[in-house]
Amino acid sequence: MPQIFHRSTNFISRLTIYGAVVILGALGYALYTIAMSPWYTQQNVKRQQPVPFSHRHHAGELGIDCRYCHTSVEKSSFAGVPPTQTCMTCHSQIWTNASMLEPVRASYRDDKSIEWVRVNALPDFVYFDHSIHVAKGVGCTTCHGQIAEMPLTQRAGTLYMSWCLECHRQPEKYLRPKSEVFNPYYDPPSGAKQIELGKKLMAEYHVQSLQTCSTCHR
Amino acid sequence: MSEDSHLKNSIDLVAARAKLSGAGAPRLWQSLEQLSGTPQFQEFSEHEFPPSAGKGNSEINRRDVLKLMAASAALTGLSACTKLPTEKIVPYVRPPEEILAGRPLFYATSLFQAGVATGVLVESHTGRPTKIEGNPEHPGSLGSSDIFNQAAILNFWDPDRSQAVVYDGRLSTWSDFAASMGNARTLKGAGMRILTKTITSPTLGAQLRALLAQLPEAKWHQYEVSSGDSVREGARLAFGRPVNTVYHFDQADVIVSLDADFLTCGAGHVRYARDFGTRRDLSAGPASKLNRLYVAESMPTATGAVSDHRLPVRSADIDDLARQLAAAAGVGVPPSANASSKIPAAWVGAVGRDLAAHRGSSIVIAGEHQPPLVHALAHAINASLGNVGKTVVYTESIEASPVNQLESLRELVNDLNAGQVDFLVILGGNPVYDAPADFDFATAMQKAKLRVHSGLYHDETAELCHWHAPAAHSLESWSDGRAFDGTVGIVQPLIAPLYDGHSAHEVVALFTADAGKTGHELVRNFWQSQRPEKDKAFEALWETSLHDGLVSGTSLPAISVAPHADFMSLGRTEATSGDPSAIEVVFRPDPSVGDGEFSNNSWLQELPKPITRLTWDNAIMMGPATAQQLGVTTGDYLTLTLGGRRVDAGAYLVPGHADNSVTLHLGFGRARGGSVGTGPGFNSYLLRTSSAPWIAPGAQITKTGKKYAFASTQQQYNIDLDGHPVEEESSAAVGQGGEHGRDLVRIATMEEFSKDPSFAQNPDDENTKGLTIYPGYKYDSYAWGMSIDLNRCVGCNACVIACQSENNIAVVGKDQVARGRAMHWIRIDTYFRGNLDNPEMYYEPLPCMQCENAPCEYVCPVGATTHNAEGLNDMTYNRCVGTRYCSNNCPYKVRRFNFYLYSDYKTPSLYGMRNPNVTVRSRGVMEKCTYCVQRINAAKIRSEEENRLIRDGEIITACQSACPTEAIVFGNINDPTSKVAKLKAQTRDYGLLEDLNTRPRTTYLARVRNPNPEIHS
Repeated sequence: MPQIFHRSTNFISRLTIYGAVVILGALGYALYTIAMSPWYTQQNVKRQQPVPFSHRHHAGELGIDCRYCHTSVEKSSFAGVPPTQTCMTCHSQIWTNASMLEPVRASYRDDKSIEWVRVNALPDFVYFDHSIHVAKGVGCTTCHGQIAEMPLTQRAGTLYMSWCLECHRQPEKYLRPKSEVFNPYYDPPSGAKQIELGKKLMAEYHVQSLQTCSTCHR
Repeated sequence: MSEDSHLKNSIDLVAARAKLSGAGAPRLWQSLEQLSGTPQFQEFSEHEFPPSAGKGNSEINRRDVLKLMAASAALTGLSACTKLPTEKIVPYVRPPEEILAGRPLFYATSLFQAGVATGVLVESHTGRPTKIEGNPEHPGSLGSSDIFNQAAILNFWDPDRSQAVVYDGRLSTWSDFAASMGNARTLKGAGMRILTKTITSPTLGAQLRALLAQLPEAKWHQYEVSSGDSVREGARLAFGRPVNTVYHFDQADVIVSLDADFLTCGAGHVRYARDFGTRRDLSAGPASKLNRLYVAESMPTATGAVSDHRLPVRSADIDDLARQLAAAAGVGVPPSANASSKIPAAWVGAVGRDLAAHRGSSIVIAGEHQPPLVHALAHAINASLGNVGKTVVYTESIEASPVNQLESLRELVNDLNAGQVDFLVILGGNPVYDAPADFDFATAMQKAKLRVHSGLYHDETAELCHWHAPAAHSLESWSDGRAFDGTVGIVQPLIAPLYDGHSAHEVVALFTADAGKTGHELVRNFWQSQRPEKDKAFEALWETSLHDGLVSGTSLPAISVAPHADFMSLGRTEATSGDPSAIEVVFRPDPSVGDGEFSNNSWLQELPKPITRLTWDNAIMMGPATAQQLGVTTGDYLTLTLGGRRVDAGAYLVPGHADNSVTLHLGFGRARGGSVGTGPGFNSYLLRTSSAPWIAPGAQITKTGKKYAFASTQQQYNIDLDGHPVEEESSAAVGQGGEHGRDLVRIATMEEFSKDPSFAQNPDDENTKGLTIYPGYKYDSYAWGMSIDLNRCVGCNACVIACQSENNIAVVGKDQVARGRAMHWIRIDTYFRGNLDNPEMYYEPLPCMQCENAPCEYVCPVGATTHNAEGLNDMTYNRCVGTRYCSNNCPYKVRRFNFYLYSDYKTPSLYGMRNPNVTVRSRGVMEKCTYCVQRINAAKIRSEEENRLIRDGEIITACQSACPTEAIVFGNINDPTSKVAKLKAQTRDYGLLEDLNTRPRTTYLARVRNPNPEIHS
């Protein structure tokens, strides 16, 4: 029986098969790239705020402790965003005429809150607690990045579940001594030394690798 | 429901009786429908136990299933592709003291039922009250609460609450209202009448007395449906004045309830349930000293169901029973005019002997709906038995002005009809709806020239008033009030009034020299004037009282009173009974919505009532014998005529209801009840007259031929196989435990328990233990478990509402309940044992069992329900795609599925009410009890921060916290010293369906009855 298809059609069929693999792969890659892109994750995207507050200036150059403003970070799930009164403790004395600070003064004068744009947001079905992380030797910069070098605050991680699990699976890679938790310039030891330190701290602080769903979802 | 579903629901009582008397009689049964095998019951049970499961269904083939699965998988994936919206953070300008975002605060305050205060702790998240718990320091609560206190949070956030001052149908303002009321002062109160509900608030009492002093021609009336008129008048009859009675159920070995549902209704019921529970404790094994409870009542109540001997008797015949008991106790009484009642003499004799054997350690308590004479008789019996001063203590009345409220209202109506009232002020209450029908209050009221109403809702009464001012809820106002023993609780606001509401204190102040003062000033100034402490000492006392929720040392001292020798001759001999074959109508506040105060509360509307498990309705409740006599069955639409007044309503058969008696619950059929309260049920107030407010003889019942569909959960989630059409092989396969059926409720008498303390252990449970193909879990830190003591549970439903409030559980509506879609995470299964007319009743609260070998976990295709290191079955809502495999595979039927978008995402005022620590579930998501994992996590975080282990009792689940009898105990079973581990070590401990090798973490302590050997029921 003569062949129905010419030999060249073999090429077409191969092209279709391999093409399909390549196209699906490319599509997957494209989706992955979009999902990991700053456009989607908001990672490293600077947010415009009503007042261009600079963590670089306050936490870095001036060396104000994180807890001066984020007062509830050691006591509550929510680290706390400072009330206008906290800003005014200094700014009623310095830069009292700076036009940049007018929204702060206006807020204090009119008793109206400043509406900050949220930088680090988790979905509503995720229940993150700051106090326990801080108590167990997870530093501020571990999640929030080099905050002391950010003129405008940005998200330092993707805040995806996989990003959380990186640490929840291997806390030893990220832990630091409690005394260094609020140090924005903390420089972790490299490689094996960090693992060694992390394991020691895990035992000392009773850190568990919690991976059950209800740890964060309920 | 459609017409044919009514037809399916036809109960065959003859078949039911035959089944119970036959050889294959089920040990326990749940409903008349089950016994008579109605098609509706078959349908429900086929959904739970499909006889042909696994045999394939020809309508859908494998390819279609795969296609649908692929499509839904693709769509599910797509729907996840959303970017998080940009959010704002809005911090305070000047931070208030104490508030830490993310950490709740608790404030002590009080809530009222029929004027009686109960202490509560209210959880507040950044200023929003979200959850109500009992106040452990308060004598009326001891940390527990009830359905009404739990559900008050929904009333507070209710979007239907009245939101503005209204004058003549138009919006007005509080200042206009205040100015207008101020003018009334110039009239010296001529023609002025004030109508309030029961008042125990010392401040408001003093204010009203001051008002009457300043406006001497004004008059103050009180009216409330459940005001306890009989209790007051009974005390007046016996002692000459309305003293207050406090019972000590923890001291009582024998309790006789004459139609009193003292565990779920009336002053002090939360405390009474606690005290009662302590005497149902069996931790000392057979040596424990159980109390014994006798209940005589017509409609089965929560209290009747936990009794050791329940006597179904017409309410009117209680009078005869009381006289017989009094005679047995040595009180000289003439026999009842109704001596033809069918009180079994043997029963009375045995109870009388039991009482006599427990002089000084017994209680006879009369129901608040029984006539005053029965109360006086109960007082006389207690005095004769030497109980006074031991189990029964008298104090002065807790009320500001104890009056006969029915007579008070009658006086007001007479004045209105005589045209003597120019100015009527109604503070709270809804007399147009709930006043006795013969008063025709709506017509009488409109004879007043100016009518003013202050209330939480713009209700039936507000509609007929010129002025309506929104009242402030107890959670947003200052006040005070007395508990059942007189202890004063200070009511403090959790939040500024949501809708410019003002408390009764502020309204009354408008008519006096105090006009314009705030509630805070009025209450504080009153207490300052009452106390010897001054300045700083008073400040300290005030702060302490606010912190504790009560003013210490204010409980009323015991007084010594003795019953009049000749009270019988003083009492009006009520001619209520008459012909024993005539049908009496018994009116009762609804177990869920009360007298109508809570009819707009959807949690309470949807709450299955004790015993009947009926939701969203009231009915003409009757016993099987009366139903047979009338040829009536559940769902028949009847016409009930009583003294020329009539209502049409559906019949509902209740096993154990007294014969020749029907019970109508009040609180339904509202005309202006709000978006929830308007609609359900029928208005039984239309039949209720001042001459027979609670028990009315001579009802005529006829059938209309129409049908009425009820939504009861009694036949749903049925996990007992008895009566199910399960095929032989499959029933063997699920390991049906032989002759005992599934043995869900294990019961013994005290005698049997003494002989065999391990009666609750079934060797079949052990057969499958250890059989698993999966590697076992190791629980090396905490292992959470729960123990539920069936001997303590009184079926009050407090746990159900507490769970609903804590876990943001949605309501679904009557139609969805009828389809078996109610969302409660914990349900109270109710079982009956014995004959239809007087069965024993058993409760079994059923939350998720948190199985160690959980059938639900294996079948979830997306890993949404997983096992946790501490033994919980985690439920991850955001992962759930709604296959419902888990629910199909759950032998306990505790999983609930959001078939529609049940959660209200649209009403802004409900946002504030929700627990911020629990996800609000959307459509297509499965949900279930998680042992309040949010509370576990909070405690874990606290303990880890403090470098210690969680202490026993540190985590209290919502159901446990609400439970008035401490029947539910939660804790770490890995710690042998924990309370829960000790309870599980008792010989009464057993798990449900343990032969399925599910290894449930929730286990039960078997029920032990303490019957009187003299009585064979």
